[in-house]
Amino acid sequence: MVAHLLRLKLALLRNGLRRSPWQIVGLVIGGLYALGIVIMCVAVLLFLRLQDPLIAQTVVVLGGSAALIGWGIVPVVAAAADLTLDPARFTTSAIPMPQLLAGLALGGLIGIPGLATTVVALATVGTWSRGVLPAAGALVGAALGLLSCVVLSKVVTTATASLAATRRFKDASALAFMVPLILMGPIAAGLTQGAAGSGAFLTGLARTLSWTPLGAAWSLGGDLETGRAGDAALKFLIAAATLAALAWCWKLLLERALVTPPYAGSSRRTGGRMGLFALFPATPTGAIAARSLTYWFRDPRYSGSLVAIPLLPVVLAFQGSQTGNFGVIMVAGPLTAFLLAWSISSDVSYDNTAFALHLAAGVRGVHDRLGRALACLAFSLPTVLVLTAGPFFLTGDWEWLPAILGLSLGILLTGLGLASVVSARYTVAVPLPGDSPFKKPPGNVAQTLAVQFGGMGVLLVLTLPEAALIIVQAVTGDPAFGWANLALGPLLGTALFVAGVRLGGRWLDARGPDLLAQLTVNR
Amino acid sequence: MSVPAAALSIRGLAKRFGSKIAVDGISLDVPAGSFFGIVGPNGAGKTTTLSMATGLLRPDFGTAVVHGVDVWAQPLEAKKLMGILPDGVRLFDRLSGEQLVSYAGLLRGMDKDVVAARVGELLAALDLSGDAGTLVVDYSAGMTKKIALASALIHAPKVLVLDEPFESVDPVSAANIRDILDRYVATGGTVIVSSHVMDLVQRMCDHVAVVANGRLLAAGTVEEVRGGVSLEERFVQLVGGRVQTEGLEWLRTF
Repeated sequence: MVAHLLRLKLALLRNGLRRSPWQIVGLVIGGLYALGIVIMCVAVLLFLRLQDPLIAQTVVVLGGSAALIGWGIVPVVAAAADLTLDPARFTTSAIPMPQLLAGLALGGLIGIPGLATTVVALATVGTWSRGVLPAAGALVGAALGLLSCVVLSKVVTTATASLAATRRFKDASALAFMVPLILMGPIAAGLTQGAAGSGAFLTGLARTLSWTPLGAAWSLGGDLETGRAGDAALKFLIAAATLAALAWCWKLLLERALVTPPYAGSSRRTGGRMGLFALFPATPTGAIAARSLTYWFRDPRYSGSLVAIPLLPVVLAFQGSQTGNFGVIMVAGPLTAFLLAWSISSDVSYDNTAFALHLAAGVRGVHDRLGRALACLAFSLPTVLVLTAGPFFLTGDWEWLPAILGLSLGILLTGLGLASVVSARYTVAVPLPGDSPFKKPPGNVAQTLAVQFGGMGVLLVLTLPEAALIIVQAVTGDPAFGWANLALGPLLGTALFVAGVRLGGRWLDARGPDLLAQLTVNR
Repeated sequence: MSVPAAALSIRGLAKRFGSKIAVDGISLDVPAGSFFGIVGPNGAGKTTTLSMATGLLRPDFGTAVVHGVDVWAQPLEAKKLMGILPDGVRLFDRLSGEQLVSYAGLLRGMDKDVVAARVGELLAALDLSGDAGTLVVDYSAGMTKKIALASALIHAPKVLVLDEPFESVDPVSAANIRDILDRYVATGGTVIVSSHVMDLVQRMCDHVAVVANGRLLAAGTVEEVRGGVSLEERFVQLVGGRVQTEGLEWLRTF
């Protein structure tokens, strides 16, 4: 039965790949990335074999503890837990519980994260292959630690299954995940700086962790090497008890989950709240703008970028503080303008087949384009103005403000116009409605990359006049060119915006059904 | 060639997806003021045919004409005449039910006050008033079907094209929807529904077309098509594919 479950997992994996060659490309890229990390970890662990046991012990225990925490947290926040072997699907199969547990646990090791963790855990045996006893201890520890990782992730996913099934939780966790992701650079830099300055602290932390469920399993090899067999025996008991307790929790949760499927209900709300629809004019364009803007706030696939925008200056300011040159923060405005304008280039792809409503209602293409572009402009214009002007309070280079302001407005308007054309003609692979913004989207990756980079290249060309004036100002130092840019950016941008909306509208009128057919493929 | 009184007239519609011919030349006249059922087994090409007839899917061959307006030559004019409930497409489900139906009305350029009044009446008629402010993404399957139906009705079309309108709708709501559609037909509207529930089509519709493997097998009034036997029996005769229940003896060995 355990072998059956493992074969099922493998078959699911294989069939998933068979759906399109791009899935294989994705797996290969993910695999190479993981392979790089694994090779690095293994190299470090084998190198540690030659080092002082105290250092080796510290690294192994801290790394192991981090892996355990990671296996506990990632499935929840990523909202993309691997549910291919969702226990709820086995409700009707009447599989004996011990075999179901063993099969699901081992099945959790199949896949890139599981295999990578397995290899790295086994590499700790290499670290402690300084004698038979430490190596054996490390092997037992690695097995215990590895199983604890998998079972912990199962406990967490099973416990949060009914919670995670609610839309609100999915939305919120996806947005919460954005923050550490964007701030990863500063956080990592801060951590390494802190770690470098406090080696003694880390040794102490590792010693403490090795007595807790988090690190006990990973410390067996090191304790046996330094001859503390008594400590090792106690830590083995801690690690074994941890695994047993986790397995017991999982069994209880699973027994409950098998008879109570996740409930994803929510409360009823009566009407009378038209929201943004009440603020916009009651025309097709106004309605589309109101709908788009509502999505910017309600759909995590859109609002993820809204969370990212305020963090952008933080990251840039951090870069500035690292190098001591705050000039880089001036790009906050133009960069935001580009990111926000370009974000609607996949608007129709985000709609997915809901776009059929526009088609069925006979919406004119130009109304569709204009509504979407205006919704984006409604909040991106003030945002870009603030983020363009803000940095100058920090740097004081006020003579550059007109030029950068012109460039930002030019990029924003030109980008919106170009994005209106692009999304009327090409679909790109984006996460499906209701999916996490981090979920790997189905569809043609090659076309997505071609459209995205091709479009960005065209945008670069279209905004060359503004960029040229900036360069001229930098060379001559004459602020008059900055003022010229402040006039040129909005004027040229508006012209291209109007042209883009009209051209996109015409294309949409001509090719609306074909666009829907492309969207249907990725349903 | 099209019958003057035809609400929808399709000629030689055909569509191929890759190597599979989904619709293989279907011609059909739906008389104005009729309650027209399209029945067929799963994968018969019902949805593909209706998508092509309503301007959602470009046909490889053939034409579709709604009250004299060519759907593919004058799409905007034709779509004004039609209310469409497509099957298997998503909705803008991060809007509340009330917002979604209003959105459908405003997209058609309707007046704000008219939309507001009709949305209230439609939601009440479909028993969705209590959930008007709930996001559609949190609706059940049946409620989602009903809100999509309301979106198709909001602009008072002359022709209603409903693809599987009763799927996962509870019996009480289904009866309410049937009343609405009956009254609509009685006042001169035309309804085209696709379904594979024969019983429902026999009771509800006055005309029926049987489609299988992308071809039209029979069309006419329900009486003509079923010719004395029940529609279900006639359908099975036309489509074939019944398996003689031999074997499976072990199923009785419990």
